[in-house]
Amino acid sequence: MADWTLFEVFVRSKHGLNHKHVGSVHAADAEMAIENARELYTRRSEGVSIWVVPSTAITATASDEKEALFDPADDKVYRHASFYELPDEVGHM
Amino acid sequence: MYAQMVETGSKGVRDLESMSDQERAFQERVDADIKIEAKNWMPEAYRKTLIRQISQHAHSEIVGMLPEGNWVTRAPSLKRKLQLMAKIQDEAGHGLYLYSAMETLGADRDEEVQKMHEGKAKYSSIFNYPTLNWADMGTIGWLVDGAAIVNQVPLQRTSYGPYARAMIRVCKEESFHQRQGYEILLHMMTHGNEAQKAMVQDSINRFWWPVLMMFGPSDANSPNSAQSMAWKIKRHSNDELRQRFIDQTIPQLQILGCTVPDPDLKYNEETGHWEFGDIEWSEFYEVLKGNGPCNKERVAQRKKAIDEGAWVREAAVAYAKKKQQRNAA
Amino acid sequence: MTRYDDLTELLLQLGDSAMVQAQRLCELVGGAPALEEEVALMNVGLDLVGQARNWLEYAAERINDGRTADDLVFLRDSSDYCNLLLVELPNGDFGVTIAKQFLFDSWHYAMLQSLSGSSDERIAAVATKSFKEVTYHLRRSSEWVKRLGDGTDESHQRMQAAIDQVWHYSFEFSMPTEHLAALEAEGVFPAASTVHERWSETVKAVLSEATLTQPEAAARNYLSGREGLHTESLGYILAEMQFLPRAYPDANW
Repeated sequence: MADWTLFEVFVRSKHGLNHKHVGSVHAADAEMAIENARELYTRRSEGVSIWVVPSTAITATASDEKEALFDPADDKVYRHASFYELPDEVGHM
Repeated sequence: MYAQMVETGSKGVRDLESMSDQERAFQERVDADIKIEAKNWMPEAYRKTLIRQISQHAHSEIVGMLPEGNWVTRAPSLKRKLQLMAKIQDEAGHGLYLYSAMETLGADRDEEVQKMHEGKAKYSSIFNYPTLNWADMGTIGWLVDGAAIVNQVPLQRTSYGPYARAMIRVCKEESFHQRQGYEILLHMMTHGNEAQKAMVQDSINRFWWPVLMMFGPSDANSPNSAQSMAWKIKRHSNDELRQRFIDQTIPQLQILGCTVPDPDLKYNEETGHWEFGDIEWSEFYEVLKGNGPCNKERVAQRKKAIDEGAWVREAAVAYAKKKQQRNAA
Repeated sequence: MTRYDDLTELLLQLGDSAMVQAQRLCELVGGAPALEEEVALMNVGLDLVGQARNWLEYAAERINDGRTADDLVFLRDSSDYCNLLLVELPNGDFGVTIAKQFLFDSWHYAMLQSLSGSSDERIAAVATKSFKEVTYHLRRSSEWVKRLGDGTDESHQRMQAAIDQVWHYSFEFSMPTEHLAALEAEGVFPAASTVHERWSETVKAVLSEATLTQPEAAARNYLSGREGLHTESLGYILAEMQFLPRAYPDANW
């Protein structure tokens, strides 16, 4: 049997929100993948926009890279607004 | 339960000391309720067991469309037809969500489906029973989906991330299935004529014991349960889930004004649980072996659809290639 | 055979066609060529049953003899059904299923496009909602005609055979104008006289892109869905669909 391609599906649930990964579909090409994703993942009006990407086109971080990639961010508290203490008089900033 | 007797390939659960560093890190992660994701290291037996369990669950959704498809052309009103069509469609969708979760483990959907068609992979025993009257559409929603929900709700917290997320989606969408089933029966019992009431009772009589079998054999006869529980791909024992299901179902049965074919059923005031009679396990094992009333028909129907669709799927691929070439030119 | 005014007959034709088409789709449960297609076919079916209910509720009000939309679906015999002959034909292989769906969708699209601008507010509202759904149905079935027509040698042959097989029933798409002239003049059915032409343009474009040969214009014969003169298939469809309400006339489901 001629295999269909596995596509990962990303749906934007409301205007203004990011596309979010929801799962995958099989399809012969990207157009069909969009249609299949529409039928499968937006049956209850969950989406306003769909992206499909061939699964093989996605490069992901490997689990053993976790420490190298993500741990360094853990101690950079100065990136977070709550790190900076301001007097109450300043009000909301 | 849609996944029954999933083989784990392990004879016993090992303690942390006897594991390799990798295995121990994995088990500690599971113990700490941190989700395992596709890219994380996992023991090969965990991966294989999950593929078996998730594919069995997915096959059940797909084969589960057939007993309802048997009545969708004969639904007695527009409302009932729309409800049943939407439910069957959800089942196809849920099968696809589950296959999708399974594929993150490196399994191939077509290959797993092929195994089911060849009788090498199982699906829930319940779908090998026939649907003989319209009330069966109600009973399937109420009892079969009800039993499935008792199993699936804890699986939303299962250790494998993609499976847990698929289960969350399935549970959310399935909330209407059990209610619509029960409402079909309740309506027939409260507004129906004598023939309709007889249909409801007949349907419950036929489905009651097979539904209790859905949870799988007694804990004493479930050699794989301990390992699956340690991996948190199963969160409660078969007997525990079966008891939970019976306790929640009997009051609903009483509201219907129906009975179940179990002379031993009685409420135990001390334990607060309903006690029930012995399950005929030889029937369950026969159905699993392929000797249920509809095993051959169900598998043949699925195989026929996929076999006869081969030229269609091939055409779609050929067309996609031509289009790509034209766009490139 | 009971006959109604032109508007009621139009409503019955729209409602019955959607209903019978949906019934044929229900037969396909568990039989689609791919799992993704199971979900898709049922989406189309759900849209169509919803549309049938809307049209037939309006028809029932106009007929005004106490019958509901459900009564019209489940208790009329074939000679009272006004659906297009095309939709009652058996599903056949997936090529025939798609050929039927595509020819129906392209006609449906042209009909609803016109009716969306109806001076009858109720018709305009139902048509506008249905038109959105059918726009998608047509897109999907057109894509399949192209995939199968311009796919492999086998699929090309099957798709051509399917079109040739069901094309015969497309003569109904050019409806007798005497029924529609008044509705068109009143603004109830704007551009009714161009439905056939617009249908024909869609079909020509899609078949050509699908590398398929469009058969000669279909010859009329004495069958007519609108007048209740159906193929032999409809009786069986109704026997199955209406079984429960017929077998248990005093039941409440």
